[in-house]
Amino acid sequence: MTEALVVEGLSKSFGRHEVLRGIDLTVAEHEVVALIGASGSGKSTLLRCINLLEPIDAGRIFLGGEELTRRHDVNVVRRRIGIVFQAFNLFPHMSVLRNVTLAPRDVLGLSKREAEERAKALLDRFGLAEKSDEYPDRLSGGQQQRVAIVRALAMQPELMLFDEVTSALDPELVSEVLAVIGELAAGGMTMVIATHEMSFARDIADQVCFLDEGRILEQGPPLEIFSAPREPRTQQFLQRIIEAKRL
Amino acid sequence: MAGEGDRRADLEVERRSRLLDGLRSGGDGRRSVVIALVSTFVFFGVVFFAITNAPGWPQVRSQFFNWQEFKSSMPEIARAFLLNVKIFTIAEVFILIFALFLAVLRSLPGPVFFPLRALAIVYTDLFRGIPTILVIAMLGFGAPALGLSYVPRSVVFWGIVSLVLIYSAYVSEVYRSGIESIHPSQEAAARSLGLSRWQTLRRVILPQAVRRVVPPLLNDFIGLQKDTALVGTLGAVEAFQQSQIDTNATFNFTAYLCAAILFVAITIPLARFTDWLILRDRRRRQAGGATL
Amino acid sequence: MTKFIPLLAAVAALAAVAVSASAAGHPTASAGAGASCPTVTSGQLTIGTDNPAYPPWYAGGTKSSKWKINDPATGKGYESAVAYAIAKKLGYSKSQVSWTYVPFNRSYAPGPKSFDFDINQISFTPARAKVVDFSRSYYDVNQAIVVNKGTKIASVRSIKGLASYKLGAQLGTTSYQFIKSRIRPSQQPAVFNSNAAAVLSLKNKQIDGLVVDLPTAFYVTAVQVPNSKILGQFENASGTSTDHFGVVLAKGSKLTACVNRAITSLRVNGTLKRLQQLWLAKATGAPILK
Repeated sequence: MTEALVVEGLSKSFGRHEVLRGIDLTVAEHEVVALIGASGSGKSTLLRCINLLEPIDAGRIFLGGEELTRRHDVNVVRRRIGIVFQAFNLFPHMSVLRNVTLAPRDVLGLSKREAEERAKALLDRFGLAEKSDEYPDRLSGGQQQRVAIVRALAMQPELMLFDEVTSALDPELVSEVLAVIGELAAGGMTMVIATHEMSFARDIADQVCFLDEGRILEQGPPLEIFSAPREPRTQQFLQRIIEAKRL
Repeated sequence: MAGEGDRRADLEVERRSRLLDGLRSGGDGRRSVVIALVSTFVFFGVVFFAITNAPGWPQVRSQFFNWQEFKSSMPEIARAFLLNVKIFTIAEVFILIFALFLAVLRSLPGPVFFPLRALAIVYTDLFRGIPTILVIAMLGFGAPALGLSYVPRSVVFWGIVSLVLIYSAYVSEVYRSGIESIHPSQEAAARSLGLSRWQTLRRVILPQAVRRVVPPLLNDFIGLQKDTALVGTLGAVEAFQQSQIDTNATFNFTAYLCAAILFVAITIPLARFTDWLILRDRRRRQAGGATL
Repeated sequence: MTKFIPLLAAVAALAAVAVSASAAGHPTASAGAGASCPTVTSGQLTIGTDNPAYPPWYAGGTKSSKWKINDPATGKGYESAVAYAIAKKLGYSKSQVSWTYVPFNRSYAPGPKSFDFDINQISFTPARAKVVDFSRSYYDVNQAIVVNKGTKIASVRSIKGLASYKLGAQLGTTSYQFIKSRIRPSQQPAVFNSNAAAVLSLKNKQIDGLVVDLPTAFYVTAVQVPNSKILGQFENASGTSTDHFGVVLAKGSKLTACVNRAITSLRVNGTLKRLQQLWLAKATGAPILK
């Protein structure tokens, strides 16, 4: 089985602040990796480096065996990786349908009909069919995030990255988004998910990585990390989460 | 997936718009309207009384608000006003395009584009700095004075060119503020989908940015309409110049009033239209954040 | 406290002197001055004109930097000379005359005037006379047209021939009305805020011909626009001059009658003619266009 994603010695600094210090990560095909850690530990930055939104200072990234960091045409790379952010994903001046068909038409060259067919199938699959002509401001936060996921899926990526996609949602809307991600995982999508939703991570992740100050401090299957963490800092982190009744 | 979550979702949208409507409407209606009306009448009544009973009022009235002069000056001034309309209509089209070009130049990132950015900065500093009337005089008289045969001599041409050069500097800053007000995640989302920088600009950033700055754009347009009067210094007989001709001929200032009324008459519909656009744009701005 | 008493006494004395000095009235002037011909500042005649002060109306260069091109106070140039001649008739010597800068449109603005009279090549029109007082004419003058040598318009010989060209005039003169009513051109004429702009426009060939009064036309061709010439001058249909220059006074000014008396006597005793021959001699030699 080929590795879908390999990250080797990834380092990234913003000015003098070192955010990522030598990250090594391997994600197998169809695997779901959850990134947990405190804010500022580097989770978002890591995801943004993987799809080359941020230039890296050192290290290499391989997608399906191909070295990304050697490539010059970043746009081609980004078609193969889908990413969903915490907020401000959707383009407010376009309808839901147009949001989803924009990249397939302009980047993949699909015709309007083809793109719309693909979009409608995806929207229907995730229960958003009747919202396809609505504008994002008429959708709830949860619906918007679900559309954002659909939009990324419309590009048929090899890898999906989720950057704390439920952190800005009202609690009652979180579950519908998590359900979508869960369904994608069940369907075999390779994913890296940065999240604060610990029970969710425990339920669907194959691997959990605990990031602490720019390094993967501890890594392992969820049962191991959540029930018997080895590192004291991991334990501290989880303890705080439990006290906040989020686990 | 659908059902429960979506019903809750609709409630959320409802809640959001009710909150906004509450913020927008005022206090207790009827009483405050009455107070407003009465105080307005009293205030303007006092002002009107003070003015019309001033000792110099009869002379001011006959020299500034003379009905005979108004009737005789208005037709020609209205005809001259067509030149102002021609100038600002043509100029505005070029301004909107050239200013957008400047704003995009200014927003190009990275060291490789530094010369272009610097050029745009120097341009906007220069043309916002020089007073409009100087640019018009220097170009309108200076360019034809070079004596080159292919350089146009028409003062209307140079008036339009000057106004385009100057207002593009101001309007490009308006566009730039619009572009910079777009949340960086929008660009990140678009680039992540594989859209190129140019595609992102064209499909995602600019459509939003331009919509956001329509009110200040219209504001600059209204300013442009007034500045067309400066082309009169080159000799073109537009509305203000025509009103000066009449004033100097009769030593009566009522002609200025004719020109003023015409300028106000085109401004008012534009101002109301701007207000309507601001109201309509407010709704669109909700989207983006996952919740309010 | 006591050491202030001498100081207080000195101040009081000064005050007394100042009060009595102002109450003593203006220095005596000869006949004509005084209560029947009041001026804005007593003991002084304040005359207004525009800046720059152009030849041949003014001459003699500037002593102060305030007046551009010419200083009206030299007494040289036709209007400067006429102004001082009127002043003398009213009983004011040269040192009792003070010049003040009055931009053209301030001369007829409502409210009290800062001058006693304004002399600035202002043509009498009935409409204008409703708002200000005009004196009798101190100069009857014709409009003329200046063109660039060697251009198509330079070969025109009649008023009709001018109608197809782009003409220009200066704001505030009757030249614009003259163009519209007598020449009736097919193109909208240009109107300039200043003499400088009008002249530059002609030099740049942005207009084909500039209509100005005849003496100004001589200055334009002699000094301002090289390679230009006076194509011709115009007369009224009846053979009379197109314009009459008068000095402008506040409406209902008590000085108007005094000034008129002065001008009439200057005309009768030949002073005006003498001054015209002295300063405006060249201003007769242009062909009359019909």
